[in-house]
Amino acid sequence: MRKLKSETTFQIVINIILIFLTLCSLLPFVLLIMSSVTQESALIADGYQFWPRVFSLDAYRYIIARAGTIFKAYGITMLVTLVGTTISLIITPLLAYPLSRQDFKLHNVMSFLVFFTMLFNGGLVPTYMMWTQIFHIKNTLPALIIPALLLNAFNVMLMKNYFKMNIPYSLIEAAKIDGAGEFFIFYRVVMPLSKPIMATVGLFVGINYWNDWMNGLYYVTDANLFSLQNFLNRMMQNINYLATAEGAEVAQGSMIMPSSSMRMALAVIGVLPIMVLYPFFQKYFVKGMTVGSVKG
Amino acid sequence: MANKKKANWKAQLPLLLMTVPGMLYLFINNYIPICGLFIAFKDIDYSKGIFKSDWNGFENFKYLFRTEDAFIITRNTILYNLTFIILNVVICVAVAVMLSEVSKKFMMKFYQTALLLPHLISIIIIAYIAYAFLNSDTGFINHSIQEAMGRDPVNFYADPKYWPFILVIVQVWKTMGYTSIIYFSAILGIDRSLYEAAVVDGAGKMKQIFYITLPLLRPTIITMVLMNVGRIFYSDFGLFLQVPMNQGALFNVTNTIDTYVYRALLLNNDIGMASAAGLYQSIVGFLLVLGANLLVRKMDPENALF
Repeated sequence: MRKLKSETTFQIVINIILIFLTLCSLLPFVLLIMSSVTQESALIADGYQFWPRVFSLDAYRYIIARAGTIFKAYGITMLVTLVGTTISLIITPLLAYPLSRQDFKLHNVMSFLVFFTMLFNGGLVPTYMMWTQIFHIKNTLPALIIPALLLNAFNVMLMKNYFKMNIPYSLIEAAKIDGAGEFFIFYRVVMPLSKPIMATVGLFVGINYWNDWMNGLYYVTDANLFSLQNFLNRMMQNINYLATAEGAEVAQGSMIMPSSSMRMALAVIGVLPIMVLYPFFQKYFVKGMTVGSVKG
Repeated sequence: MANKKKANWKAQLPLLLMTVPGMLYLFINNYIPICGLFIAFKDIDYSKGIFKSDWNGFENFKYLFRTEDAFIITRNTILYNLTFIILNVVICVAVAVMLSEVSKKFMMKFYQTALLLPHLISIIIIAYIAYAFLNSDTGFINHSIQEAMGRDPVNFYADPKYWPFILVIVQVWKTMGYTSIIYFSAILGIDRSLYEAAVVDGAGKMKQIFYITLPLLRPTIITMVLMNVGRIFYSDFGLFLQVPMNQGALFNVTNTIDTYVYRALLLNNDIGMASAAGLYQSIVGFLLVLGANLLVRKMDPENALF
């Protein structure tokens, strides 16, 4: 009897602590969303509040009314995410698969070369010099796609381990005996069996592209090529960026610019896709994290 | 024999071809910059180009280490990372143990989902959220908490003394879910029959945690800590650049090696200093990774990276 009671107390205590931590995780997002739907004057008078005194969708109306720059940035983010993730999902398994094959003579050497990139890197200066001075990537769309994000050793290792554990070599051999070539086997035997790992890696890469602001920070100065994150970053650097850069345009419109709440509304628009899709992809994400014992 | 070898290589060719795009990418993206580390020993002059610029030996390094910055950025990078490592172990192991003990499975899932969310959000958005809490006129803390308690508003973005706390809180907030789930999955791997035996022997929850869960989690903890120690020379660039909003008044407590290199290269156009600091980070960082791995291999060979 006593035991049961202490068990219940234990459950209550840990649930209270976890609920508290959950609130700590979520409430900042509530503040973000709430401040985006606060009327500008109320926001200035009361500050950022979890429950605004005066609700208003002006910030969103304003964004939609003068959508140009913002939707463009949104479009660039989507394009970059789509193209980057697609290419990554082609070249990552193409590299990981031969490395998983014990009969591939170079699998050890190449695995090491891949793995070594996780231990040692040239750092920002030579990387920046290379992309800008040799490949002249500055202010081009590929600058948002190619540097750093296209393929990373962690994902290659993740896939390699998956292939090793989930694709029996006998299957490959059987296909070979039937006369199938290596590319055919890769495409028709290995890939269909690898949907879970493709989903996981695609998710990792896609989120990285969606959230990336560093490539834009380093290689893009032309506002026409800003991704959403770079746009947000620029607004952050200069809080009155919109007001100054497009002052004339604003003066023509009759609306008063809701600058503080609009900033928050833009941030909300930036996280919205992730927050909406998150419950659905959560499972794959966690799975990918937890199998990630990465070894050479 | 020779023929067979030839045929063998021919059979390997398709596999080799598959690796070409990926290896080419790594060669360009990762290996060329490693070779480019020599920039640190040059006096770069854009008009002459990278290769034709004059060599200047260790001048860049002498210059760097003569400044106060070299000490400040090293200190900040290491101290913040040490704090993160300690707090992350204590908090995340505790959270993981609690998650594993929650009896209602859907609640456990719910906590897990909520805690992981900050990990998926870009640091730019996090900086916006931090701004909503901290800014001096309309920030939630100044406007609601400070005012309610009758205290004067604090100008967070101009006062360095708060930032060690702010940055630590933001970092823990952002990574707690992720690290906890890694520990949590290690706990799930523990043999359930151990707990059943403990229950038969009359051990309560606390006893089970301290005599089964934690001891069996030890290898994972050690590995995670040592891996993070190996990365102690690298800082979370976004956290230190974006959350303090690049405010000069805060540099003393927010500047790390990564932010220093970025500012020297792209804002101050001081390639010499940037490349010297970068090489310093690459080399010391690499030695630390090797050292940490050596330790893991001694204590727990299964979990060593190589």
